[in-house]
Amino acid sequence: MSSAEAKADRSPYLAHHFESIEQQEESCTLGMWLFLAQEVMFFGGLFMAYAVYRYMYPDAWLEGSGALSIKIGGINTVVLLVSSFSMAMGVYYCQIGNSKNLFRALLVTLFLGFVFVAIKLKFEYFPKFAEGLFPGDGWGPHGHYADLASFGDQGALQIFFFLYFVMTGMHAFHMLIGFVILVVLMVMTKQNKFGPQRFMPILFFGLYWHFVDIVWVFIFPMFYLVT
Amino acid sequence: MSEHHIVMPKTYATVLGCLFVLMAATIGASYIHLGSTYNLLLALFIALCKMSLIVMFFMHVKYSSKLTKVFAASGFFWLIIFFTLLFADYMARHLSTSPFAGSPYGG
Repeated sequence: MSSAEAKADRSPYLAHHFESIEQQEESCTLGMWLFLAQEVMFFGGLFMAYAVYRYMYPDAWLEGSGALSIKIGGINTVVLLVSSFSMAMGVYYCQIGNSKNLFRALLVTLFLGFVFVAIKLKFEYFPKFAEGLFPGDGWGPHGHYADLASFGDQGALQIFFFLYFVMTGMHAFHMLIGFVILVVLMVMTKQNKFGPQRFMPILFFGLYWHFVDIVWVFIFPMFYLVT
Repeated sequence: MSEHHIVMPKTYATVLGCLFVLMAATIGASYIHLGSTYNLLLALFIALCKMSLIVMFFMHVKYSSKLTKVFAASGFFWLIIFFTLLFADYMARHLSTSPFAGSPYGG
């Protein structure tokens, strides 16, 4: 086969430095999982800090967890799990070449992501900011959280809420990044950039979104369900 | 032409259903008092089950190459090593006597 023939034979989606679509997909998939392994390490560090302090201050964990609403946390878990499902459906619609439904699936995913962050801010972060549950100089539980003020070790309680804000905050920050990428993917979907031949960007964003979901799967029982 | 596996909506829906059941289980388990250690282990076990379902089906690892599976497992594998080393330290710190006391290795 001459080089001109070989060139004509290549899929327009195949980058010049790959031999075949399969090789290209495998390389990209490994790269994405390498990035996710790095993310596991990043959140792993936070979970290790969590584990050490929970081990050192079990009473503060019990007390602090009691101030978090299982109902709100549970609702947000459902919202996030459904958004993961809609994202997975997006990958399916992309693979079968249904751009219209792919766009809808991405829109639903984005909407549910917004709902998650809105619930988090409105019912969790803002009341805690207002009633002295933010660690640091402004610390001083009052209002709904007045019970916490009588707990003996306020320092340990602050560590619990410090980790709560850092870990749920980092999780929410990952979702905000996801929103930006989702909007870009939705615009590209409208431009017919994706289809059965080119679904890797959708699949990889899905991997990221599901990873963020997994982080929440651990955060939820570790903060809300301490017994 | 690529032969990438297409996961069917029915599979995704079944996985979502299982995730809801496990979520209910983890909330329910927190109301049963088994002692803080066993409650923690149970919660972690359920979270690991949920994670496996998401990784295997939503993230297509079940249908991926062996090398991808190794990459997917590597991050979690390193995490286990880190946790083991970390707790080997922290759990030994409050031991009042060294397990090596009286031995030639000091104490």
